[in-house]
Amino acid sequence: MGGKRRRRKKEYDPMANASDQSPATPEQRTAALEIVLRRKGEMPETFVEDFTDHAEEKWVTDNGARMVARAWTDPEFRARMLADGTAAAKEMGFEFPEHHRQLVVLENTPNIHNVIVCTLCSCTAYTIIGAAPGWYKDIDYRARVVRESRTVLREMGLDLPASTEIRVWDTTADHRYMVLPMQPPATVGWPEDKLAKIVTQDAMIGASRLEMGEG
Amino acid sequence: MDGIHDLGGKQGFGRVQYPSPPHEETWEPIVRALSAFAIRKHIYNMDEFRHAIERMAPRHYMAAPYYERHLTAVATLLVEKDFVTREELEALVPGAFPLAGPIGLGRLPAPPQAFAIGEKVRVKNEFVPGHVRMPAYIRGRVGVVVGISPVYPFPDAAGHAMQAPREPTYDVRFRSRDLWPDSCDDALNHVGVFQSYLEKLETG
Repeated sequence: MGGKRRRRKKEYDPMANASDQSPATPEQRTAALEIVLRRKGEMPETFVEDFTDHAEEKWVTDNGARMVARAWTDPEFRARMLADGTAAAKEMGFEFPEHHRQLVVLENTPNIHNVIVCTLCSCTAYTIIGAAPGWYKDIDYRARVVRESRTVLREMGLDLPASTEIRVWDTTADHRYMVLPMQPPATVGWPEDKLAKIVTQDAMIGASRLEMGEG
Repeated sequence: MDGIHDLGGKQGFGRVQYPSPPHEETWEPIVRALSAFAIRKHIYNMDEFRHAIERMAPRHYMAAPYYERHLTAVATLLVEKDFVTREELEALVPGAFPLAGPIGLGRLPAPPQAFAIGEKVRVKNEFVPGHVRMPAYIRGRVGVVVGISPVYPFPDAAGHAMQAPREPTYDVRFRSRDLWPDSCDDALNHVGVFQSYLEKLETG
């Protein structure tokens, strides 16, 4: 052995274990899949555009926000929503993909705070609260919020009193959760439309509490 | 499988990037649509899709953005279902097309056994080679049933394209301090647990 340090052949690539070639970009790989599904799966020319338009128009945070606003103003709807979230959502005209068979609504109270995660992937009630935000899909959130819930929420700006019990819900099966946040006291008496506008996606995941926000 | 995807309770991770930085990638909505198309056409089901992501090489899984994991799963399943060969895929791109690792054995559900709300249950101490929706942090632990969901196809079978009988799932409540004694924040942890993953507690 010459005592000379062996030089690495090429840059470390985390995906290079299957092939000597470096991978094509995700854009290029996506385009290839689109071609395959068109040629061999009979995917219509307009499917991607139609699906994306539908998702962006119909599966929006405003759906969940309207359910929450209605629950704040209509005690009977609130009771129905807590008993059967799916029926309450359908009653308001919202849809679910085939595999979401139940929407479970989790009620926050002054002493109970609910927070949702999917540790195994990133399942969300996306047709009701909108597509999951980046941080929810992040490995740091998935790993930590189940074990260090109070710390993680504090780091995200939600400093809960020690007396508040934290309930973490891991979306490991095919029912979906949403949090019913508490109504900020200053908004009591507001009309439903105006209330819906203050309900955020983060509050319906449990990363924030509306009554603790500024303003 | 005890894969890299099973992140719940793993230590050493950092601060959550919150709020998320602005993010606009034109290929990502395309991946979402392509996968939705394949699901609607029943080329594969959600469990097969999830399992294909879980089978990615750990180094690839950790480094890949969310939708790159999806695109890898779609490509892997299209190859496994004989829609396209890996060579054909690679011929369509200038470079390699990394796929997930090979699929192992699935399994059938356990004999039906009902649990009631309020009942104390134990998660079986099982080590499953294929797809499973039991996060490792509840394996062998005792909790209380707080909710029952409608029946769903058993994922350990569905993820392997096997006939998947449907069974209920239970929302089971655990105390964080029972899961990670002396090393967690106090909380109640709820997990959606398929019936086959649970066993009765022996009553004395």
